[in-house]
Amino acid sequence: MFAGENRQRTKENSGKPLPDRAIKEPLQTFELQFRDSSKHRVPVFCERYSAVEMLDEIVKEFLVESYENLDQLDRDLMALEETPNDRDRLSSIFRTIHTIKGTSGFLAFPTLEHVTHVGENLLVKLRDGDLLLSEHITSGLLGMVDAVRSILSNIESSANEGGETYESLVQQLEALKSGTFLPPQQTAAPAKATSAASSEIQVEEVVEALSKPSQANASESSTNVEADQPAKAKVQPEVSQQQPDAETQPAQTSAADSAALPVKADPPAAARRKPAGKPSAESGESSGGTSIADSSVRIDVHLLDKLMNLVGELVLARNQILQFSQSIEDAGMAAASQRLNLITTELQEGVMKTRMQPIRNAWSKLPRVVRDLSISCGKMVQVQMEGAETELDKTILEAIKDPLTHIVRNSVDHGIEPADVRKAAGKPIEGTLWLRAYHEGGQVNIEISDDGGGISGERVRNKAVEKGLITPEAAASMSDREATQLILLPGFSTAEKVTNVSGRGVGMDVVKTNVEKIGGTLDIQSIPGQGTTLRIKIPLTLAIVPALVVTCETDRYCIPQVSLLELVRLEGERARTDIELMHSVPVYRLRGQLLPLVYLDEELALKPHRTDEERRSADVVNIVVLQAEDRQFGLVVDHINDTQEIVVKPLGQHIKGISTYAGSTIMGDGTVALILDVLGIAQQAHVLCEHTARQFIDANSNRSEHSRVGESWLIVDPKDGTRAAIPLSNVARLEEISTEAIEKTGRQQVVQYRGKIMPLISISEYGQVEPDENGAISLVVFHDGHRNVGVVVGQIVDIVNEADLTDNGPDEDDTRIIAGRVTRIVDLAQIAMNA
Amino acid sequence: MSSQHSYCTFRVGSLSLGVEVHRVQEVIRAQKMTRIPGASPVVRGLMNLRGQIVTALDLRRRLNLQDSDNTDRLMNVVVRTADGPVSLLVNEIGDVLVVDKDQFEPPPETLQGITRELISGSYKLENRLLLVLNLDSALKLAA
Repeated sequence: MFAGENRQRTKENSGKPLPDRAIKEPLQTFELQFRDSSKHRVPVFCERYSAVEMLDEIVKEFLVESYENLDQLDRDLMALEETPNDRDRLSSIFRTIHTIKGTSGFLAFPTLEHVTHVGENLLVKLRDGDLLLSEHITSGLLGMVDAVRSILSNIESSANEGGETYESLVQQLEALKSGTFLPPQQTAAPAKATSAASSEIQVEEVVEALSKPSQANASESSTNVEADQPAKAKVQPEVSQQQPDAETQPAQTSAADSAALPVKADPPAAARRKPAGKPSAESGESSGGTSIADSSVRIDVHLLDKLMNLVGELVLARNQILQFSQSIEDAGMAAASQRLNLITTELQEGVMKTRMQPIRNAWSKLPRVVRDLSISCGKMVQVQMEGAETELDKTILEAIKDPLTHIVRNSVDHGIEPADVRKAAGKPIEGTLWLRAYHEGGQVNIEISDDGGGISGERVRNKAVEKGLITPEAAASMSDREATQLILLPGFSTAEKVTNVSGRGVGMDVVKTNVEKIGGTLDIQSIPGQGTTLRIKIPLTLAIVPALVVTCETDRYCIPQVSLLELVRLEGERARTDIELMHSVPVYRLRGQLLPLVYLDEELALKPHRTDEERRSADVVNIVVLQAEDRQFGLVVDHINDTQEIVVKPLGQHIKGISTYAGSTIMGDGTVALILDVLGIAQQAHVLCEHTARQFIDANSNRSEHSRVGESWLIVDPKDGTRAAIPLSNVARLEEISTEAIEKTGRQQVVQYRGKIMPLISISEYGQVEPDENGAISLVVFHDGHRNVGVVVGQIVDIVNEADLTDNGPDEDDTRIIAGRVTRIVDLAQIAMNA
Repeated sequence: MSSQHSYCTFRVGSLSLGVEVHRVQEVIRAQKMTRIPGASPVVRGLMNLRGQIVTALDLRRRLNLQDSDNTDRLMNVVVRTADGPVSLLVNEIGDVLVVDKDQFEPPPETLQGITRELISGSYKLENRLLLVLNLDSALKLAA
């Protein structure tokens, strides 16, 4: 009778997309025993039958649920250390363990049942107040959580619990329960020394964030999708009741809704958010918030992937329709395709949002890492989180988990000093580790900073020389900031001694590689004695990226915008003279720096290498200036078409091995175009070959240095009878805007520029913003580190090289004779300060 | 019934080849290709198959046959693989033939070289030999 039922189930299941890691043990017979799981007494069936599929389904659900619960347990236990008397939390922990125990009994996993049973007994004592939570008990319970986790992963990979019986853990838990536990000798000493430390470790953020079961429960393979609107509608009244201050609301909604604006989600506000999905063990028991739980649905991530792919297809079809509709004169068609355009864009955003998860999911295990590590290092470290609600694509979230853990370990192990050192340096004994996340310009920034000893440029330099990574000469000419970046080189470690935590010489370079693999960048800033900040910048999503489309030998290629720095077009005489040859190697002087040139057609072997003569006789040279790791190079292409949002498709097995391509995409006209791998091309062209210390181009250090050799100047006519020259390196962009675009805030004239407000200021000393005859205004956009300022320059006259300057005038600081006219040298940074 | 197999047949150069019909997703006319500089000569390019990007392999080059004159009029036999569909470029499409297992014979020892790896045997039809293409080896290109 059961076999029939099972077949029925199997049929139903076959349509569902199942995770790949389905347990495959064909025709394994399985004894299903419904046993006493304390409250529910169910008759025992001993009938043997083949129940592979049913087992799969149940076990899978059990695994998903238990993994979630375990993550919650970790956090709860940590929080419990803070407030040992929190009955509710203890009950919640107890229930979770109880559920796992019950289900494991039901599914006949005896070891798991045994371990959780012993843990449960200990928890009963704690819950009933017979025992008080101590560090040993917490460690024991955390040990149990780890044991459960490893058993679960065994079940997942091999469908059995594995050979380990966890006898010592069980004994330890028994001893803790009966109060006869004596810590083993080796661990006793450090534990004692640090007991003060550990009991003071603060994970305030977590405590707050998790004082309610959080929505961070999404499991490994599924994402919680919230029905956004109803959920929010319910959240808001409750938030305002708890906390009348209304500014909490914008903080949480903006984090979820807006990717473009820089958002620092106020953590406590975010944490006050009500649960969206909760462990099933608790549903029904807890009051309040259930309506919100009802409005969320758990969806298999594969389904979302599929949806994402389909939306990608739709975007392509939309592009095609748009292109097509432009070629026909039909108002109806144009309107319909516009509408299609809008809907597609919205749909794309919507689907992308479903894949978004708060970064808290990646951060949640870090406090535990820090706790364990700081105890074993004998340090005191507290973790502060900011912007845990910041959302990013699940794939990216998974990809940064390991690098994050590594960085955090490094910070605790190397960065933060032992208490006595800190005390001597006049810092608080307890070190702080900040995790910060926020959106900026379509990217997510993650900062991990500590207030530890910082990175000593001297020590790094010495170490790098000692390990033969750089030459002593190169080391001597390096600034401290450049030296700091050396720790990202493979094989680098400054740890005086190798610990089991870090210092094995693999590390930061792997972190860097992993971050770069997902299109991100890694930057280190360190102030010796004050601390270190690591900043990871990663794209929000990988599937759809902006790219520059170029043509080379009739084919189009896409270059991801992240590696793009600028475009240079040389025409006529300049095309012939400005390409210089260094023993047949073509270079171009870009603002005084030599830029090696790589010809795309030659690199793709579409054309034989040009002769020196041919290189010098081109009519037009289009240079795409690209960044590959720390190097810049110019890629010469036939044409530069435009920029486009492209949907990245992976390459098939036959092309995957070619390093010059990162993927492929379908263009608006339906043809396939290849996406270039900038790093791959740079490597193939030997732009990147050995680790030398070429100057890191530090925009800040160049600023307001007027007389560098080979500097180019932008000559402008402010229309007040004078001439002014601006160092070209100060100029971020040249823009032309119409007078209608100018708006006002107070007395300040502003324009909307790239989604932000940019103040305008005139270069003329008697500054008013005057348009030219056509109603257009020429702007020089200046970027001063955190904002753009538009400097109105009247008319742009020319660009001259330092070499062209006639240097016979009164060479004062701020005036020169350039091209026969007295010209004022303008420091944009100074002007911008008035804006 | 079980002793019979259906084969999708096609001509490549002078060879009459067949692959099991269930491996074939579809057969389509010549498509616009995007060449892939730097790839093996067997890889003729990428094409857009209803929004899916499909790699096209030139079966003649794979079999070390001469390129014929009308290289752009090649037909696509799109086959299913674990890695998504792959297109095989052939000269001409034939019928789907139902053949009997009894007609099958493995290749003679005198068949050597690349063809030996790619052809798993032949069905002795009345007027010609239908060579069975070993799809998995044909799709595997030396790196």
